[in-house]
Amino acid sequence: MSFASPMIQEPASAPEPAVAAKVAARNVNVHYAEKHALKDVSVDIPARAVTSFIGPSGCGKSTFLRCINRMNDTIPICRVTGEITIDGKDIYDSRLDVVLLRARVGMVFQKPNPFPKSIYENVAYGPRLHGMARNKTELDEIVVNSLKRASLFEEVKDRLQESGTGLSGGQQQRLCIARAIAVSPEVILMDEPCSALDPIATAKIEELIDELRSNFTIVIVTHSMQQAARVSQRTAFFHLGALVEEGSTEQIFTNPKDKRTQDYITGRFG
Amino acid sequence: MTQHIVRAYDEELGALSVKINQMGGIAEAMLTDAIDALARHDVGKARGVIERDGQLDALQNEIEELAVLVIAKRQPMANDLRHIMGTIRIASDIERIGDLMKNIAKRVTVMEDRFLGTRSLAGIQHMAHLVLGQVKAVLDSFAQKSSDLARHVWLHDGEVDQLNNSLFRELLTYMMEDPRSITFSTHLLFIAKNIERAGDHATNIAETVFFIETGQQLSGPRPKGESSVFAVSAPGK
Repeated sequence: MSFASPMIQEPASAPEPAVAAKVAARNVNVHYAEKHALKDVSVDIPARAVTSFIGPSGCGKSTFLRCINRMNDTIPICRVTGEITIDGKDIYDSRLDVVLLRARVGMVFQKPNPFPKSIYENVAYGPRLHGMARNKTELDEIVVNSLKRASLFEEVKDRLQESGTGLSGGQQQRLCIARAIAVSPEVILMDEPCSALDPIATAKIEELIDELRSNFTIVIVTHSMQQAARVSQRTAFFHLGALVEEGSTEQIFTNPKDKRTQDYITGRFG
Repeated sequence: MTQHIVRAYDEELGALSVKINQMGGIAEAMLTDAIDALARHDVGKARGVIERDGQLDALQNEIEELAVLVIAKRQPMANDLRHIMGTIRIASDIERIGDLMKNIAKRVTVMEDRFLGTRSLAGIQHMAHLVLGQVKAVLDSFAQKSSDLARHVWLHDGEVDQLNNSLFRELLTYMMEDPRSITFSTHLLFIAKNIERAGDHATNIAETVFFIETGQQLSGPRPKGESSVFAVSAPGK
């Protein structure tokens, strides 16, 4: 008796993002002097979604993140080739104003780094620099809104003139996020934003990231696979300077295609 | 499969597989003994089958507790997570097979043996033999991490269903011919149904093994021979 061979049902894959790529990288290579740190990376980062970069230390994920707002320009031995565009415009165009680029592409670092100034000044600094407020009232409004969007306002509203460095670690990180969003960026880059925080502060930042994604394109580098699985919609796995696999977060963490991805996320020797 | 960096994690996953194999071994023996007890009307053996069901329940609890502990401790991902979730499901299927065999054994302890020797018994033994083969093969597919073997089991359940249908017709005929055989035949009907359902659990396990190994669901047309719901037998026919 012969039977029809069974069909294998592919797991329902997450629908591709309807919006076009906000950030598109094509054949990006980075050299630090002789060291080839990033090899031929091509990836699309969708708008209004969280994309996480995961991979072991030294795999190039932070290097790639820093290419997106040209932070690598500050390192003299660093050489970047290939093409990165935001909304189709080449960000390595020599006519482009890097200061304006970094206002469009904000960044939050691993260790909270508030300026040694008041909470108010920390947030007001960027908008003032870019002339975004015509008067004190407008500036106040930007500061309060940014602190509210960073879920910090309620905790600091009575002490806006106190120093930002006096806050707890988690509050300082949210202050840095408020500072980043005060200049109305389009893209926010986060380089291990929770690695110096306790689980409660981490949960607050993750909740914040989820709220922010309705307005911003967020790229996060994290060493916590669970965090990547929780906060992001797309995940990219880097290994030895190469982009090994990129896909919906659901697919990467439940059924990765590449054995190196599987070995890394399940904690095996790779 | 390469080892985990944390060796204790490998040991915990290994312990889950060992417990599944233990459960499988007990369920296979229960199936063999239950049918043997029926064929030879060995009430002592039937009681032994009933007692062994407790071991399966205990192992199933151990598997669930260990699986929950591993999930909490290791936050498993991808194939590891599928393996853990899969063992929980397989343990529950094997436990159900145990329940069905226990039910057969209970029937043996209350059956009168004066109708023994009907041809139906041979049919039941044949069915049990097929299902035992399915259960063994599917447990092998789990131990060998073989999605091909799992798919093979999944495809070959139809024969058991067809046997169950013909037994059903046969027993109906007996009951009509000799009303005194109704009690005995009804027991046999339920026993046949229990064996057929044990076969269904084997195909459930095959689906789980396939999912563990590939991350994909087995689906599509599967041979189904079960139609006893529609079977009729006219008097004098």
